[in-house]
Amino acid sequence: MAADTPKPLVLTNARVIDPARGIDAPGAVIIADGTILAAGPEALNQGTPYGAEVRDCDGAVVAPGLIDMCVSVGEPGHEHRETFASASQAAAAGGVTTIVTLPETDPVIDDPALVDFILRRARDTAIVNVRPMAALTKGLAGQDMTEIGLLKEAGAVAFTNGHKSVRNAQIMRRILTYAKDFGALVVHHTEDPDLAGGSMNAGLNASWKGLSGVPREAEIIMLERDLRLVAMSKGRYHANLVSTSDGADVVRVGKDRGLDVTAGVSINHLTQNENDIGPYRTFFKMSPPLRSEEDRMAMVAAVADGSIDVICSNHDPQDVETKRHPWADAEDGAIGLETLLAAALRLYHAGDIELLPLLRAMTLNPANRLGLEAGRLTAGAPADVIVFDVDRPWVLEKKAIRSRSKNSPFEDARFSGRVLTTIVAGRKVYDYA
Amino acid sequence: MSANDPHRAGLFPHRHLLGIEGLQPHEILGLLDRADQAVEVSRQVEKIRPVLRGRTQINLFFEASTRTQSSFEIAGKRLGADVMNMQVAASSVKKGETLIDTAATLNAMHPDILVVRHHAAGAVHLLARKVDCSVINAGDGQHEHPTQALLDALTIRRHKGKIARLTVAICGDILHSRVARSNIILLNALGARVRVVAPSTLLPSGIDRMGVEVFRDMNEGLKGADIVMMLRLQRERMNGAFIPSVREYYRFYGLDAEKLAYAKDDALVMHPGPMNRGVEIDPAVADGPQSLIREQVEMGVAVRMAVLEALAAHLPNH
Repeated sequence: MAADTPKPLVLTNARVIDPARGIDAPGAVIIADGTILAAGPEALNQGTPYGAEVRDCDGAVVAPGLIDMCVSVGEPGHEHRETFASASQAAAAGGVTTIVTLPETDPVIDDPALVDFILRRARDTAIVNVRPMAALTKGLAGQDMTEIGLLKEAGAVAFTNGHKSVRNAQIMRRILTYAKDFGALVVHHTEDPDLAGGSMNAGLNASWKGLSGVPREAEIIMLERDLRLVAMSKGRYHANLVSTSDGADVVRVGKDRGLDVTAGVSINHLTQNENDIGPYRTFFKMSPPLRSEEDRMAMVAAVADGSIDVICSNHDPQDVETKRHPWADAEDGAIGLETLLAAALRLYHAGDIELLPLLRAMTLNPANRLGLEAGRLTAGAPADVIVFDVDRPWVLEKKAIRSRSKNSPFEDARFSGRVLTTIVAGRKVYDYA
Repeated sequence: MSANDPHRAGLFPHRHLLGIEGLQPHEILGLLDRADQAVEVSRQVEKIRPVLRGRTQINLFFEASTRTQSSFEIAGKRLGADVMNMQVAASSVKKGETLIDTAATLNAMHPDILVVRHHAAGAVHLLARKVDCSVINAGDGQHEHPTQALLDALTIRRHKGKIARLTVAICGDILHSRVARSNIILLNALGARVRVVAPSTLLPSGIDRMGVEVFRDMNEGLKGADIVMMLRLQRERMNGAFIPSVREYYRFYGLDAEKLAYAKDDALVMHPGPMNRGVEIDPAVADGPQSLIREQVEMGVAVRMAVLEALAAHLPNH
């Protein structure tokens, strides 16, 4: 990065939301040297740093930039789908200031040198922070554990098997046990691979469509197994993509038992259900599959009551070559960086979740779980900040999508709520013209 | 009756036939009426009625099927169309890669009607969105096989004079059957009472909400039935995956004279073919006096003529 430091910045006349301190109040945010000097009501009377740019936010929300805990980029190996450059442009436009990447690349990120490669590529080409997760098993094959200690030293913030569950319980148990010694977080996809042979949510809808289904039990069984293993190993565990009401219940029970457990849900599973698939529209094909409306509502409630800690985009760029197929043959995955905040605000506008807890699930909670300093507006924290208008209407047009791949389930969707400015380390990386 | 009769065209306001789902009862009945006339035409010496003269019909089969393909071919030729058969061997298709490519290539040749069979559910819908001509679903994965359901309905109606209030028992591998799905929708639309009879491993999830009565005991399921529709059991599903063995299946779910006796005395037996004699049906029943299996094949041609004719009414004339 160039040596020139950005001018100090003061965001005034703002509605400041800081989940770390439970603040949602009129105030200001003062930024200098890439960090937060002060934020909230108390920043109102602190004067202005020398040479600062003062921005009147006109009542818009100022909050920590979002931390998206589940992002596929495509680099290395699938640069035609997405690069760090294009993904970070999409992220910045969506209010995401830190993307946490999955190791499902080619090659798989299972070697310290590859973690280093990602960090360097991101430094040179990305306009937002990139924090890589490394593979939990070599080649994501679910057999041999990776060098968790060395990978963590190289900069891996967590360990995951991507969109594949570790089938063998003994292997999973050993990994959890070993990872604990390094304080490493295990982020797991919870779908029993034998039960999850189908291509959409099991049930009446799949039956009429003539598609084989992924039963909810595929998730519940794997999650229950995992939490038993966490109890045995005392490991640190995050269920990455929970999609069912029973799955959320399993997480609740685990937390009640005092296990070191957290869980996430993709924005798709909070805002869409299996009926959105319509006539075999493959942009809605994902893993876990979109579930019933009952499950969607249960997941929203689980975020609202804090049982589910993290909302992520599960951003997964796929191109025409992998999506324009008959349903069962098409790849899973949908992009979501650019729409993460706007889609999440649907839950706020629907009256399902207050703004503060909604933002907490995309800022403070993932930051705390991953050990990041971002995700808060406390003095001294990195100045990763977004300004957004909660009500500003807009439509997602395909031609305006910044990701290299256009597989958005929100194509032509109407949103209320628009990111106006995104700031990373005190530097403006996005301005809504 | 003329294909260009606006009144007729109004009875079938669809450009494609992708499934029974979405068809109104009067549209189904309209097709059956047309098919009745096609039966008469097909039984004459002079069988050609050139309503599709100058039109090009391509039968695009990604899954081998002698029966359905030849039925569509004869139907098209009896209506005067130029018919071309394209077999795309499943082995050469790399994960549907050629589906869109093939669609684009064929589209450039200006066909008027595409008849498509594909091993993946929804493939025909995908293709229909990519071409300019009319598309007929000749079977897509485990989803739908609309002309089979129509020919079954035609066969039933010609023998029973109606569909409404008949009790139809569909027996066998419901889970993997597109024929079952199309028939369940069609028979319900026309007011029949639909039963399914199968072991639970061969029933789709949510079957009790699909508008059918579910039976695991075949004798119970056949009691008082007017129509017994048997389904084919694929070989790869016979040995342990869904049922333990052929002989066990035949004992409990194979249609023999003893089980058929539970149905009404004038019950009729149907099968979409090809049959596994001795697996799902006793040869004596398959070839017995109550069997309509061979007649179904004749009705198949008539129904496909009716569908082609109905869609032809929407083809552009210049």
